[in-house]
Amino acid sequence: MSTQQDSAGVAYWKANIRLVTICLIIWAVCSYGFGVILRPVLDLIPVGGVGLGFWFAQQGSMIVFLVLVFYYASAMNKLDRQFDVHED
Amino acid sequence: MDLQTLTYIVVGATFSLYIGIAIWARAGTTGEFYAAGRGVHPVANGMATAADWMSAASFISMAGLIAFKGYDASLFLMGWTGGYVLLAMLLAPYLRKFGKFTVPEFIGDRYYSKVARMVAVLCLIVASITYVIGQMKGIGVAFSRFLELDYATGLYVGMAIVFFYAVLGGMKGITYTQIAQYCVLIFAYTVPAVFISMNLTGNPLPQLGLFSATADGTPLLVKLDQTIMDLGFAQYTAQKGGTLNMVFYTFSLMIGTAGLPHVIIRFFTVPKVKDARSSAGWALVFIAILYTTAPAVGSMARLNLTNTIQTGPVGEVSANLEYEKRPQWFKNWEKTGLLKYEDKNGDGRIQYYNDKNPEFAKKAESYGWKGNEMTKVDRDIMVLANPEIAKLPNWVIALVAAGGLAAALSTAAGLLLAISTAISHDLMKSMFTPNISEKGELMAARVAMAGAIAVAGYLGLHPPGFAAQTVALAFGLAASSIFPALMMGIFNKRINNTGAVTGMLVGLGSTLLYIFTYKGWFFIPGTNMLPNTTANHLFGIAPEAFGAIGAMLNFASATIVSKLTAPPPEHIQHLVEDIRIPKGAGAATDH
Repeated sequence: MSTQQDSAGVAYWKANIRLVTICLIIWAVCSYGFGVILRPVLDLIPVGGVGLGFWFAQQGSMIVFLVLVFYYASAMNKLDRQFDVHED
Repeated sequence: MDLQTLTYIVVGATFSLYIGIAIWARAGTTGEFYAAGRGVHPVANGMATAADWMSAASFISMAGLIAFKGYDASLFLMGWTGGYVLLAMLLAPYLRKFGKFTVPEFIGDRYYSKVARMVAVLCLIVASITYVIGQMKGIGVAFSRFLELDYATGLYVGMAIVFFYAVLGGMKGITYTQIAQYCVLIFAYTVPAVFISMNLTGNPLPQLGLFSATADGTPLLVKLDQTIMDLGFAQYTAQKGGTLNMVFYTFSLMIGTAGLPHVIIRFFTVPKVKDARSSAGWALVFIAILYTTAPAVGSMARLNLTNTIQTGPVGEVSANLEYEKRPQWFKNWEKTGLLKYEDKNGDGRIQYYNDKNPEFAKKAESYGWKGNEMTKVDRDIMVLANPEIAKLPNWVIALVAAGGLAAALSTAAGLLLAISTAISHDLMKSMFTPNISEKGELMAARVAMAGAIAVAGYLGLHPPGFAAQTVALAFGLAASSIFPALMMGIFNKRINNTGAVTGMLVGLGSTLLYIFTYKGWFFIPGTNMLPNTTANHLFGIAPEAFGAIGAMLNFASATIVSKLTAPPPEHIQHLVEDIRIPKGAGAATDH
């Protein structure tokens, strides 16, 4: 591997780590945060007779997970092309 | 047509479908047997992964668990889905790029250590075997309950079907049957849920019905809270357990899910790295359809069940259902022993309340009640009796039987594949008979599969007393040893063989120690060193929730030991750099 490709590889990896970190922060905040730890606060907003915190614990967190995975997959496809490390 | 005949027809039709697929999808090479020739479309793989992942427990037991635990059961919903985010971002694409066939193979190569590979094989086999026992039991129970076949006969029929498509088709056969099984199980799960949601809230989508108002204008969950609290039960929507325990428990399930080998190997079947990423998303879509429906099923079934027995205001004599007037489904499930009634005060009516709540027990006494008369309400009833409670036609009930069987069979097959590939590829090919031919290895894989089915069947027939406890073990092992080893292997180039092995053993050892301390050594009753109650738990953390801490100990010890010893050789560092970029995955495909 040439040095030029090496540094591209390093930059690609850095961009990936940044993306993963952002996604996992959202992942943690929506499940552990909104669904459990911050539930008393979120429950001040009523949803269906209970509260937003309960909704996040039993529905919302899973919807956020879904959106995150697809967002990550498409953002990585872009990164792959940008740094020319894609397949084919 | 009577229910029995109809059930035979529906179950028979699904089984013929699985056999048909097995004949069509025979495996000719080890590549097909281990990874379906890496030609599975990401959406198809997502569907197969969903069936692989959702077991008899997800299909039959989870909604019941939610029904009785209420909000606290959210940890299962988040824990068993959140792991797919980790899988998509931290493991699946890189392991797919690595392009080999088993999880221990990656660990062995990355840490250039046969010891590491063996530890991984051991964890894989223990985790998968403990998990498969539950599936075999699920198959036996489903048969005996719906088809009134003997438990053992039911188990043999199930084993024969799995044998047929798993031995013949390996991963290829399993993949396509799992897709069919997913369709059967999701249809069987959602149809009754839609009808029940419609009946109670007028909203056909259970996910929305859960937060909608009932006929009298009260929101469903408020009504449920009132109904059960009036009978002395704990509030459904309130948090009952500790917050710290809930966080660690959820985290353990998430990393355990991401570290379970039978799930990971499914991502080896897609053609490209980018397919592995999107496929995890599709898997989550198909899983979430069931997992977002489950809390609605749980709460609505609990409300229906309670209202059937307590028909009016608590304390009024006529508000308690007369035993003689109980509905047909009540009688049906009494026969199975999952519902039990005992007329303690001899009034011929049913009193269903929480007699362990001292305050309410006093009140109950003043009504002339002499204890809770529903002496058994099995959690599994919540899903199994659902269509009958909602008065749905017989074909829906027959479908639920087929769905439960599909869920158990698909998970069993995936687990058996993980076990048999670990034996033929990680033990035989790499350790004992390295010169084995392609044909020989394929044969070995088939024999290992047949052997694994026989062992699983035996354990299903003679389930060890600890069977119910072992799910904690499977997730604990996956979370504390496999997940950290895989993640560090990809994200930290500095982790060497000594560090990885130390980390895995520390994670494994600490988790086993903690589980055995409260549940008994090797789950033998009476050998536990401390009573298994929240007050005795370290910081209130349950044994099931310890996998997360085991994983942290694994990460910490692996990092420290690696820092103190020599860095991994140059070629290993290149290997890690190589798996981090998708380019060149095609070359690795032809293994």
